[in-house]
Amino acid sequence: MDHTIQMVSIFAAAMAVSFGAIAPALGEGRAVASAMDAIARQPDSAGTVSRTLFVGLAMIETMAIYALVIALLLLFANPFVK
Amino acid sequence: MNHSPLQTTALFHIGPVAITEPVIVTWVIMAFLVLVSIAVTRHLSLLPSKGQTVLEAFVGVIDDQIRATMQVEPGPYRALIGTIFIFILVANWSSILPGVEAPTAHLETDAAFGVIVFCATIYYGIQTRGLSGYLATFAEPSWVMIPLNVVEQFTRIFSLIVRLFGNVMSGVFIAAIVLSLAGLFVPIPFMALDLLTGAIQAYIFTVLAMVFVGTAVGEGRQESSNNPHSN
Repeated sequence: MDHTIQMVSIFAAAMAVSFGAIAPALGEGRAVASAMDAIARQPDSAGTVSRTLFVGLAMIETMAIYALVIALLLLFANPFVK
Repeated sequence: MNHSPLQTTALFHIGPVAITEPVIVTWVIMAFLVLVSIAVTRHLSLLPSKGQTVLEAFVGVIDDQIRATMQVEPGPYRALIGTIFIFILVANWSSILPGVEAPTAHLETDAAFGVIVFCATIYYGIQTRGLSGYLATFAEPSWVMIPLNVVEQFTRIFSLIVRLFGNVMSGVFIAAIVLSLAGLFVPIPFMALDLLTGAIQAYIFTVLAMVFVGTAVGEGRQESSNNPHSN
């Protein structure tokens, strides 16, 4: 039994999620920091800012979700594993 | 945990057609929404009751969103956009019922929505600009962009599908993982987060559908920008 493909797939899935989470995390951090800044400057616009922030965060988070989907494809629907 | 989120198992067969759980949940939600709509709109009057006031406010919010995003009068698009939003919202939130898995956590349901949005884009584009006018938009801003614009039509729908699927499915998946680690009460915050994610994703899907249809009917947008009612 040769398990090389399975091993590589699991490793690649872990790599995909871990590295795929880095950039969205940085992006979300910047977005939240800017939103905090904006709310601190203009507390009146907190509602608009936080609503836009939520939608923006969800869009950014989707990038990490793409990596997760790739990882799950590798784990559960790997085309090279019989 | 051994259950793959990418596969569905057939519960039973009607003739050659396999009926899976998402299909049943989808039909139950559809029946529920239709019945609620009939019940709510049955006794409409000029002096609105409480329920009718809520309903009118809700439709007004959807209309405002369509106006703000697409810059057109919401009339022709209200039915499609509103239905997409309400259905995805109810479908995402249906996972809090015990034993029910959100149909949007399966790729097939999201793919169906993607195809609906794709067809709506083409339909409204051709309806507003005519066939040649719609095809001419692929050559904007210059003919060099034609391959990119054609590819974009498919990739943006694909990313729309995977976005909704990934977000809802990952919520279900995380809840299942936490459930296998610590069963009692611990998954509840994750499920609450799931409700928030579900609502936001329903909103994002709807907004992106509006943006796609809005770009397809862009010509009408420029005409109606002279119209004071659209502001």
